[in-house]
Amino acid sequence: MSDEILMEVRRDYVLAKIREGERIDGRRFDEIRPIEIKTGLIKKAEGSAYVKLGNTQVVAGVKMQIGEPFPDTPDQGIIITNAELVPLASPTFEPGPPDENAIELARVVDRGIRHSEAVDLKKLCVEEGSKVWMIFIDIWALDDDGNLMDASALAAISALLNTTVPAERFEVGDDFPLPVRNLPIAITSLVYEDKILVDPCRDELSVGKNTITITTDQDDNIVSIQKSGPFLLREDVFDELLDVSIKKAKEVRRLLAEI
Amino acid sequence: MEEIKLIVDGKRLDGRAFDELRPIKIEAGVLNRADGSCYLEMGGNKVVAAVYGPREVHPKHLEDPSKAIIRYRYSMAPFSVEERKRPGPDRRSIEISKVSREALEPVIMKELFPRSAIDIFVEVLQADAGSRTACLNAASVALIDAGIPMRGMVTSVAVAKVEGILVLDPMKEEDNYGEADIPFAFLIRNGKIESITLLQMDGRVTKEELKTALEMAKRGAMQIYQLQREAILKKYIKEEEVME
Repeated sequence: MSDEILMEVRRDYVLAKIREGERIDGRRFDEIRPIEIKTGLIKKAEGSAYVKLGNTQVVAGVKMQIGEPFPDTPDQGIIITNAELVPLASPTFEPGPPDENAIELARVVDRGIRHSEAVDLKKLCVEEGSKVWMIFIDIWALDDDGNLMDASALAAISALLNTTVPAERFEVGDDFPLPVRNLPIAITSLVYEDKILVDPCRDELSVGKNTITITTDQDDNIVSIQKSGPFLLREDVFDELLDVSIKKAKEVRRLLAEI
Repeated sequence: MEEIKLIVDGKRLDGRAFDELRPIKIEAGVLNRADGSCYLEMGGNKVVAAVYGPREVHPKHLEDPSKAIIRYRYSMAPFSVEERKRPGPDRRSIEISKVSREALEPVIMKELFPRSAIDIFVEVLQADAGSRTACLNAASVALIDAGIPMRGMVTSVAVAKVEGILVLDPMKEEDNYGEADIPFAFLIRNGKIESITLLQMDGRVTKEELKTALEMAKRGAMQIYQLQREAILKKYIKEEEVME
C-alpha cells in the first residue's frame, strides 16, 4: 500500500519533469540506460545470457532437446519462448502460473525472434518429419526496474548467440553453434500525450504503463509491434515511434556484435 | 510443401480486391440476459459479445474507488476451428484479452462508475482469420447496446502482407501463408478516426508499408463503423415500434 502512495508522489514528480522537457534520471527522451551483457554464465544450459539494463536485470537460458516437428513444417526446428515474472523480481509479482503480463512478454519476445528469422530453423532438422531440434528459451526476471521487455528480448537473442547445439549428448553428430542469422532488437517506449520516453524506468511508468514495443531486424524491417496499455495512440506519435525505434535498435545491435 | 498462390490475376483467392472487406453482418441486442449484446459475422468469423454491468465487483478487492474496472474475456469454442481447441484460456487468448481490454478501456467513461465492474465476454463460435478484430467490433456494439457511456466507437480491422502486397481484412489462407499480419483498432468519434487503440504486428514489413497499411485499415474501419452504427440504429428503431 505504501508503495502505491509513493507511486502517486513519483507520478507528480515525473510529470513535472516531463513538462520541463526532462527525465527524472537526467536522460534525454530517446536515451537508453546503460546496458551490460554477460553470456555463458550458466554452464548447464546450451546457451545463456544475463542482461542489465539500468537497474533492470534478467537472465535467459536456452535448453535444447530433440522432438517431433509441427506437421506443417516437417523440416524445421521449433522455438518455444517462456517468461516467468518470479516474485523475487518485484513486490508486485506473485507466485503461480504466468499471468497476462508474463505471457505478453514471452509472446512479444518470441515474435521478434521468429519473424526476424533469427535462427535458421531449417538447419535444425535431424530427420525430416520425425526429429527436429526444439529450442526452449526461458526468460527469468530478476529485478524489475522497468522495461523488462527490452531487457528480456536482448537476453533472449544474446543467449541464442551463445548457444551450442548439444548434438553429441543426443548422439546425432558433432556439437555445432546455433545458426543465428539475424539480430532482432526490441525498443519499448513510454507514451505520455505527445511525448515519447524510450526505455522507461519503473518510476517513469508511474504515469501509466502505456508503452509500445517495436522490434526491428538488422535491415530495419519492422518484425513486431505491440501496443500495451489502455491509451489512445495518435498517428503522428506512432510515426515518430517508428523512426526512434529503428534508430535506437541500431545502437543496441552494435553492442550485440561485440559479445 | 505445395506452394499456394494467394494472388491470381490481381485478385485474391475469394475474388476480393486488395482493399475490400469480407461481407459483414451485425445485429445488436441478441441475448436476453446480458445488459448489452451483439452478434457479428465477418467473413467466416461468427462471434457473440455480451456486456454485463456496471455491476458489483467480485472479488471485492479488485474494486477501484475512483472508476469502474473493465474486464474482457476472449474465448474460442472448441468447435470453432479445424482441430478441436481445448476449452479454457490458452496463452494466445490471454494475450488477445489483454490487448482488447486495453483497446476499449480508454474509450469507456469508466470514471462515471466507481467501485463497479464492466464485464465484456466474447465467444468465437466459428473462427476465420481476424477473430480478434471481429470480437472487438462486436464488443463495441454490445457496449453501446448496454448503454455504457463511451467517448466514441471502437472499430477494428487487420491488414496483411501477402506475396509482397498489402491486403485488407485477410482471410485464413492469407493469414497463414502471408508475410505479415497487422491488426488495428481505432477510436472513431463524430464520424472521424481520432486515434489508434489497438496495434499489433508480426511478420516483416518496412516502415513505408506499415504507413500504407495504416491508411488502408483506416478506410476499411470507416466502412465497418457505418455498419456498426446501422446495427445500433436498427435495434432502437425496432424498440420504438414495439412501444408504439
